[in-house]
Amino acid sequence: MIPPPFDYFAPTDIQEALDLLNKYGEEAKILAGGQSLMPLLKARITTIPYLISLSEIRGLSYIDERKGALHIGAMTLDCDIELSGIIKKRFPILADAAGQLADPLVRNMGTIGGNISHADPSNDLPAVMNAIGATMIAKGRKGSREINASDFFIDTFTTALDHGEILTEIRLPFWGNSSGGSYVKFKKGTWNFSVAAVAVQLELDGKKVIRSGIATTSVGPRTLKMEKAEKFIIGKELTEDTIKQAAEMVARDSQPASDSYGSEEYKREILRRITTDAIKNAHKRAGGE
Amino acid sequence: MEKKQVSIIVNGERKEAEIEPRMLLAHFLREVVGLTGTHIGCDTTNCGACTVILNGRAVKSCTVLAVQANNTKILTIEGLSRGQNKLHPVQKAFVDKQGFQCGYCTSGMILTSYWLLKNRKNVSEEEIRAAISGNLCRCTGYDSIVESIKEAQEMMKEEGDALEHEQEITVRSKR
Ligand SMILES: Cc1cc2nc3c(=O)[nH]c(=O)nc-3n(C[C@H](O)[C@H](O)[C@H](O)COP(=O)(O)OP(=O)(O)OC[C@H]3O[C@@H](n4cnc5c(N)ncnc54)[C@H](O)[C@@H]3O)c2cc1C
Ligand code: FES
Ligand code: FES
Repeated sequence: MIPPPFDYFAPTDIQEALDLLNKYGEEAKILAGGQSLMPLLKARITTIPYLISLSEIRGLSYIDERKGALHIGAMTLDCDIELSGIIKKRFPILADAAGQLADPLVRNMGTIGGNISHADPSNDLPAVMNAIGATMIAKGRKGSREINASDFFIDTFTTALDHGEILTEIRLPFWGNSSGGSYVKFKKGTWNFSVAAVAVQLELDGKKVIRSGIATTSVGPRTLKMEKAEKFIIGKELTEDTIKQAAEMVARDSQPASDSYGSEEYKREILRRITTDAIKNAHKRAGGE
Repeated sequence: MEKKQVSIIVNGERKEAEIEPRMLLAHFLREVVGLTGTHIGCDTTNCGACTVILNGRAVKSCTVLAVQANNTKILTIEGLSRGQNKLHPVQKAFVDKQGFQCGYCTSGMILTSYWLLKNRKNVSEEEIRAAISGNLCRCTGYDSIVESIKEAQEMMKEEGDALEHEQEITVRSKR
């Protein structure tokens, strides 16, 4: 299958890319690794007259430990996220998700920026961004702005990025010493995308939870931040009963649709189970037990 | 639609051509370069029959534009052997352990295995199975493929340093 014709640009600096985006407006799109975009073009689900590749722009691929936050360049490959020592140490929740995303060959080409900007409700990294409370750096012709993860994912395939903006960096604020997270993904057979998945990030003070981030994948028009469950566990010890109640809130507050993956009720049951597993694992990683 | 000039090192040889930007790397390799060992199976990024090594990483060439591969180094199955009658250990292991039947998936399987064994030491069966999860085989049931990769790992270990210092891409002729 061959994509419909398009003009292709591979600018060498970000300003040039922004100028091209502005020049061609709605007819232009950014190409990162192409692992979401190429299948859509090949199947002719979408047509894009002007493709602007970021691959020749230097300095968009990095994982930098800065004061207070981990800075990740938008063009950093999914495989580098998966295998990064610093990510495994500081945000195992992200290593979990990257390691289960697609397959190794797709991860060798796909980027974190593409996964987040694509905003497919089944993309795995948006939920992790929500759980951690990441900040996206969007660059436009007039400069950069910061967008919180909770404001970034708007709808299916729709983010807060303006048409003329490029996502250049993702910032993950460090949580305290007694923190940890976990991403649990439920898949069927060999299909890569999840029936449902949950991201949980926790911080403890002694036995009590003092901060939490919980978000879902695949069970709504976009990743859903589970604010009720997040608030519910704060100030509490994670007893079996507390975990059960939090998992019930996630199952109830999500918006699964009945489809070929399973019925709505089936997906809520999956959510109860994977939320329980994710909370327990995050708790363990945060040093609890 | 403006054509683009690309320059891609394929198995050590520089290949230059003016192509439509929408040409896929798999088609570039098969139709422009004339190397048909790279197969197209599903054409939907699922099967891995089209796997090639791009700058040291195994990728699905049906889902990469040839223009995206401009100025990169590609290794295809044709570039893996060390000359006539001298199979790469991964190839030899697939023959010895019957890692294929019809052979359609095989070039992709071998290249993914090569990438895995080049990049990781002492891989377990679990890691092998995870590494080939993007490569589908309709014939073997995978067990013989996993055995082949284990065997290849042993063979590559025995070769030791010789292999470590070998160039990622075998230069067969210069232009
Ligand atoms: C077989 C298969 C299985 C998959 N399984 C999974 C899975 O299990 N989980 C999952 O999450 N994903 C999965 N994917 C999707 C895909 O692999 C990932 O989402 C990948 O990370 C996308 O990144 P990319 O760089 O390839 O994006 P691209 O395809 O290049 O871009 C995707 C979209 O984002 C936009 N974009 C990209 N970068 C930027 C930027 N810096 N600024 C602004 N806009 C940008 C593009 O314009 C495009 O609209 C799968 C894909 C395939 C083919
Ligand atoms: S042909 Fe490329 S993945 Fe199947
Ligand atoms: S040997 Fe036939 S598909 Fe694998």
